[in-house]
Parts: sequence; C-alpha cells; structure tokens
Amino acid sequence: MEHRIGVFVCHCGTNIAGVVDVKRVAEELASYPGVAFSTDYTYMCSDPGQNLVKDAIKEHKLTGVVVSACSPTLHEATFRRAGVGADLNPYMVEIANIREQCSWVHQEDKPRATEKAIKIIKTMIEKVKQDEALEPIAVPVTKRALVVGGGVAGIQAALDIANSGHEVILVEKEASIGGHMAQLSETFPTLDCSQCILTPKMVDAAQHPRIKLMTYCEVGDVAGYVGNFKIKIKKKAAYVNRDVCTGCGLCSEKCPSKTDSEFEEGLATRKAIYTPFPQAVPNKPVLDAEHCLYMQSGKCGICAKICPVDAVDYTQKDEFVDVEVGAIVVATGYDLYPIINIGEYGGGKIKDVVTSLQFERLLSASGPTSGVVRRPSDGEIPKEVVFLTCVGSRDPEHHKAYCSKICCMYLTKHAMLYKHTVHDGQAYLFYMDVRTGGKGYEEFYQRAAEEDDVLYVRGKVSKLYEEDGKVIVWGVDTLTGQKVEIAADMVVLGLAMEPNAQALELAKKLKIQVNEWGFLSEAHPKLRPVESLAPGFYLAGAAQGPKDIPDAVAQASAAASKVASLFAEKEYHREPIIALVDEDECAGCRVCVSVCPYDAAEFDEEKKVAHIQEAICEGCGACIAACPSGSVTQKNLTDDQLFKMVTAALED
Amino acid sequence: MKIPYYPGCTLHERALDFDKASRECARALDIELEELEIWTCCGAVFPLTTDSVMDILAGVRNLAYASRLGDKVVTLCSFCYNVLKRANKVMRDDPEKREKANLFLKADTDAREGIESYLKEDYTGQVDVLHYIEMLRDVVGFDKIRERTKADLSGLKVAPYYGCMLLRPKKEMEFDDPEQPQIFEDFLEAIGCDVVDFPMKTECCGGFQIVREEDTAVACSQTVVNSASRRGADVIITTCPLCRYNLDELQKKMEKSVTGFRKIPVIYFTQLLGIALGIDEECLDFSDNYVDPRPLLAEKSLV
Repeated sequence: MEHRIGVFVCHCGTNIAGVVDVKRVAEELASYPGVAFSTDYTYMCSDPGQNLVKDAIKEHKLTGVVVSACSPTLHEATFRRAGVGADLNPYMVEIANIREQCSWVHQEDKPRATEKAIKIIKTMIEKVKQDEALEPIAVPVTKRALVVGGGVAGIQAALDIANSGHEVILVEKEASIGGHMAQLSETFPTLDCSQCILTPKMVDAAQHPRIKLMTYCEVGDVAGYVGNFKIKIKKKAAYVNRDVCTGCGLCSEKCPSKTDSEFEEGLATRKAIYTPFPQAVPNKPVLDAEHCLYMQSGKCGICAKICPVDAVDYTQKDEFVDVEVGAIVVATGYDLYPIINIGEYGGGKIKDVVTSLQFERLLSASGPTSGVVRRPSDGEIPKEVVFLTCVGSRDPEHHKAYCSKICCMYLTKHAMLYKHTVHDGQAYLFYMDVRTGGKGYEEFYQRAAEEDDVLYVRGKVSKLYEEDGKVIVWGVDTLTGQKVEIAADMVVLGLAMEPNAQALELAKKLKIQVNEWGFLSEAHPKLRPVESLAPGFYLAGAAQGPKDIPDAVAQASAAASKVASLFAEKEYHREPIIALVDEDECAGCRVCVSVCPYDAAEFDEEKKVAHIQEAICEGCGACIAACPSGSVTQKNLTDDQLFKMVTAALED
Repeated sequence: MKIPYYPGCTLHERALDFDKASRECARALDIELEELEIWTCCGAVFPLTTDSVMDILAGVRNLAYASRLGDKVVTLCSFCYNVLKRANKVMRDDPEKREKANLFLKADTDAREGIESYLKEDYTGQVDVLHYIEMLRDVVGFDKIRERTKADLSGLKVAPYYGCMLLRPKKEMEFDDPEQPQIFEDFLEAIGCDVVDFPMKTECCGGFQIVREEDTAVACSQTVVNSASRRGADVIITTCPLCRYNLDELQKKMEKSVTGFRKIPVIYFTQLLGIALGIDEECLDFSDNYVDPRPLLAEKSLV
C-alpha cells in the first residue's frame, strides 16, 4: 500500500519554536519516504490549526497523520477527533512529542534539539506506516452505581446519582451512615449545627426509593471492569435481624456490658448491643461480639429474652451478597493521625490532651457532657485551653509532609465555641500560618481573634507534660522571639488527617492508585479531579485528600455527575490499543494469565490457547513482555513496528 | 565473653568511678570489657559542618582500632557514644568521606614507625557501636540481669535521666524514641526498682555551658532535678559524666538559691546495677558524688 502521510509541526507559540527550528523540521521531513505533505503552524491545536490538518487530509488524500506537538496525554484525543472530521480513522493519527521530550528539556542546545525533533517525528512516521485502522471497543453499561462509604461525601454522591434516575447501593462499614460529620458539633464558618444539616440528608438517603442502604457491610471481592463490575459485599454478622428489628432500644437499655464508645471517641461508654448514636440511620442496633457476655461466656442473653420481636440472633454469620454495578464511587473518608505517634505531646498518655474529634464531642449538645466543656481527667470546666495546629501535618521530617487543610479552621471554631460557653476562659491557639482559604473563612478567623479574644500565638509547641493537674505547654512566640510557657487545663490537638485505615486495603482490591500518603489519586490534578485513572472509579471526599465539608460535598456531586454521564450512553467505548493472541503461535503456557494485573488474559480450555478479553484488557503490555513465544502482540504497537521505530531513531 | 571497650578520656580521668563500676558489673555478668590497646579522644563533639572530614577522623580512627578486636565496640559516655555512632554512620553511608577518611588513616599509619600498622583494610563501618545499656539488653539480656539481681531494690524510687546525646538526632542514633524512650525504664524494671517517670528526662542538663555560662547550666540542671524531685524520686541515674557533674555538683548552687531545696543523689546506672548484683560498695566508689547516695542506700539496707 502506498503511504501518504502528513506531518504537522506545531510551534506551540515559542514553547517549541523557540528551541526547535520548526521550519527546517517541516522542510526536511517533506522528503522522508512515505510523507506526502509536511507543514508547520503556530498553534496546531487551535481551530485554524485543526482545520489545516483536516483540509490537508482531504486535499492530499492522506492515509496517516503525525502531529508533532505536545504530549499525547494533552492533545491526542483532539487530533484524533480532527482526523475523524476528515474521514480518517482516528488510530491513523499519532502524536510525536517534541515539546516535553525535546524543546522543554534541551533549551541549551538548539541545533541538537532540532535534530532530535526530526528523529522523534521519523519514529512516529514509521509507526503510522504500520498502524491499522481500529474501532473502539463497545461494552454495555449496567446502570447501577456502588458508593463505598456513608459519610457526607458518600451520602451526597448517592443522592445525586439516585436523583438522576439511577439505582445506587450505598455501603457503609459502620452500623450507621453519617461518618465523621455526624460527630461534629457546629460547622465553620456559619456555626450551623452539624447534626441539623446532616441528619435530614441521612434520612433522605435511607428513604430514597433508588438507594439501597447497606450498613455494617464491607466490599469484598471485586471483578469486572467499567460498566460491568461484579462485587461481593460482606454483610457483617450484626447478631440482630435488622429487617425484623423495630429499633425500640430495649436491648441496649438492658444490656449489662459496657465498653468505650467509638462515636464518642472514648469519652463515654456504649453497651455491647448498641446503635452508635441516637440519630443513627438505620436506627437499629448491632451486637459487638467481643464485648457481649453471652457471646464470650454463654451467660446473660438478656437482649434476646427482652426483644419484643425476637430479632436478636446469636448464631448469625457473615453473609455475602453479589451485586452488579457499572460505576463505583469511593468515598472512604479519613481518620485522625494516631496521637500515639506524637511522643512530645504525651503520645496519648496525658488525659487532658485531647484530639480534635474528642473536643467536637465535648462541644456537642448531644455529647457526653451535653455541650458543657469539661476536661476528661476530673470533669472540671477548663479555664485555660491551648489549641495546637499542624500536629503531624507539615512535618516531612517526622510525620506527614502535607497540610491537612481544615485544622486552622476547625481549631478556630473550637476556640470560638469554647469562648462562647466559658466566658472567663482563655483560649490560646498556636499556629504556623493561619490558612483561611475558603468563602467566609478569613472573616471567621478575624472574628475569633478580635471579637472572641482567642489569643493566636505564632509558633510551635515543643513539649507537653503533666504537672500538678495542669498540662504544661512549652512553646515559642516567633513574632516576639519569646519562649512561652502555659499551665493549661486542657490542650486540643489538631492532628493530621490521613486516609481511613481500611481504605488502602480497599484501594488495592479495586486496583486504583493512591499517592505516597495513601490518598486516592485522581486521573488529573486539575482537569479530572474526581476520576481515578482506572475507568469506572470515581473519588469523593477526604479519601482523595484533606478537605472540608463544602469541598467534600462539591466533589461528591461532581463524581455523581460523572457517573450520570457514564450512564447516559448505552455503551461505553474503550481504547482498542490492547493485546492480541496469535492462536497459531500460542503454546498455551499460561504465563500471560499469571502476569495479567487485570485478569484479562484467560486460558481457552477448548482451543488450549490464551485468550485476551477485550473488554477488560488495559493494554499495559505485561503479557506481551512475558510471552516466551512472542505470540502476544499489542495492536498498533507490534514488535515489527517498534523495531522500525528504533531503527529510524538510530539512523544517521 | 570478651567485648571491645572504648572508655574515652573522661572515664580515665574524672569518671573513674563510672569506669570501675561498669567493668565490675560486666564481670559479674560474665563479660570482659577488653579495652582497645590504643585509643584517643573521640573528638567530643560531632561536627556540624557537613563538608569536613577532619572533624570525624578521631572517632573513625578509634573505630578502626576497634575493628581489629571484633565486630562491636562498647562505650559508656553519652558524648563518646554520640560521636562514634554518627562517625560510623558517615563511614557506612557516605562513599566520598569514607574514601577520604581512609586516606588519612593510611597516612597516619605510615607515619607511625615502629608501631604495628593498625589498619589492615579500609574502614567501612564494619564495627557496631553499642552503648553499654544496649549491651545489657541485647548481649546479656534483661532477663539474665533479673535472675542475677541479689539486692531487693523494691521501694527505691529511681528516675532515669537520658539527656540529649543518647537519643538525638533520632535517625542517626537509632537508640530509642527520643520523645518517649523506654530502655532505661525496662532496665530499672529488670533490677526491681520503682521507676519514676518524669517529664524532663530527655531535657538538656546544660552540657558544656558549665564552662562559660554557669548560670545557664544551673538553670537547665535545676529544671531536671526539680522535675524528678516533684515526682518523688529518691535517686537519679545517668550514663553521662557531664550530665552527672551538672546534675550532682550544681546542686551546691541550687541549695543556696532555693529555700527548702531537696537534694537528690545522682549516680551512674552501672553503680545502681552493681548494688543490684550485690557488688561490694567499695568497688562501686561513691566517693566522688557531691550528694552522697550512701545514707539513702543505707536507709534502704542496700549498702
């Protein structure tokens, strides 16, 4: 077949043209074998630039196109669309990256950069010569979504997807949805009560006809791919038949066994059979076998005896439910960085040094002290309270390098609310920088400092220790250069946010990427902030990075709209650049099956050869490298193509 | 069992009591501390300059001496331990400094006519630097110490003082958690004392400030002594001759400036170990202490 290839060299303003002699490149490649047309232009991705490509395809009857510009991540799709606009198969359009891989990195040696650009383009010309016209793979889409995590982000995502007309399964590992937001007292910067704005949403989610709430459940095995996930959900044994239970609460009332309440952050107790908090959704108890007298020793059994509907069932086992969904929203949330890691602040041994979530409970009207701030050691109302920001955050040497983003604001809120309840109290807040990037946040901080007399001290605290019923705070005021020592009644730590402990395990199961700190990675930090790189997975809330409630809710709605747009089409189209088995060559050794990270390679028992499932293969190339007989190839990236490309690159 | 031992200058001059007690205890635990046949000062302070090799040479040379005797070297003084351990880490991790230091060592060997060449091969950090307390834990074992303990130390309230040099910098020393260290607590528990946890156990005693800024050193030491005192300690233990001097000797000043000041004896941890193991008080030598621990020990029927 005669090749008629078009080469389009982009200037990218001066990004490329300032280093690479684009005119010379276009001229030299005009005479390269197979090239029918070669030109350059200032901005190839602009409308006139794309039209230039389209017109040239038609006018010169081009069989393939090499656009020499930026990275294919940026504009491959753009130019493939342009190709389609001129009736050229999109997979006959390739990008030669002469910006990131040439002009940007060789600014000091312009003549050689020009040589390199020519070589890069030649390799792509060789590739296009052997490219085949491909069609995207169409896969059907199950229009049902799974949302993992029932905090505010998960609830919002579930509601939005359900309201757009699709079924949602909302899985939450705890006995109730609500997440950390349900624990909060009031929220910055408006000081509206967290429960008041959250609980209606929790009820909405539970009552929505298209949302199936699965609390006390965990995601088990995950198989399939975008549009077609098959998931096993583990219903943890609650030892209560929650379908029968009416939520009357008699069992919890009469249960004689107590343990620390997780919801109250250890500041109060709960029974062994319990609902996490009064507004829980669903408002039905679960039984914690570890603390149940009957489960541990066979004695007691009061809850079973007293239950009016016989819902208590000590023999219940974990159950597994299979569900099929087309998209998964991961909203697994955050934990506080464990206080035990902060040795200089007592590592959790000093009673009156509390975490920020514990202080939320002390401020909360529904908390263990009914909203009166009392310190844990003796129940006294503290008169001097010190709030510490950046505890574990912004400390790459010892803890987390990142800023946890919300601590400045919630500690400001804590100090303000404390002052509202203890008028003669003194609140000190130690900070590195007060970061108030949010609507109304700076004003809120000003109000705390000016109207509520919260004393902001710029500096870190080096040590906390207990002495005569006080917590001694050793700090520094870096604005005056003075050492500061405070005998405080109580200290509140703004501990770093970190991804929920189980989220990492889940991310592994789902095969989605996380960053070095375990936060879920988005496909693009700016342009695709709510999608995972793996298709079909969407991110919402603090699982993706530290964020406040407005951001978490916004991201959840964004993720929901992404799910809705996936569900808007009948089929999902996947890239056809995937592996292909030459069945005549394949010896059936199954090496490819063992290396495939996506379980796309399978063994055909009848034909005794390997088979690649088109809908699953991501085109990573692992099987191709592993195949001992060379019988697996990548479409449009065959060994022969690679060889020709390398040859073109090495030629003088 | 023989283990190479680097005493350092202070244990041969001012802290003879520390040296003596530590050797006695080792012997009682079936370990012979084998003093390096030649050694020099460790350099006393690990250099803060990052581009200098000269400043670590003294430490490296001692380690090279030690490498002829075995694969570890035990030391007691916190300063020596700090310098040797960090110099050793440089020799392990920094190829450029390692090469330069070895060139110096070769030149040094060549210049010493008549003395047997001490450097048989390049020194690359092959020796493990152990603190005596680490030797007790890892070589002897605290369980064995518990078995060998003869005296009943229960009721004796002991505050373990770590100071700075054992613990910091954390990544280089790798000794214990610098904020909440535990090794001396574990040791005291093994010999049956009542451990007094006090918040100033890792604060500085004032160190070398005693030479020019005595008031600073007194203030620092007073913070430490007071803290232990408020927690009810009968005695403070330490492993550093300089800490011992500051915490003990400076109580002379403290008692003059503070009314009702309660003096607390400050002794080396191996002196306390010696009492636990039933070693004769003479060998432990409490004669150099400003605050004499003997009345306290007598009261508890320990001497």
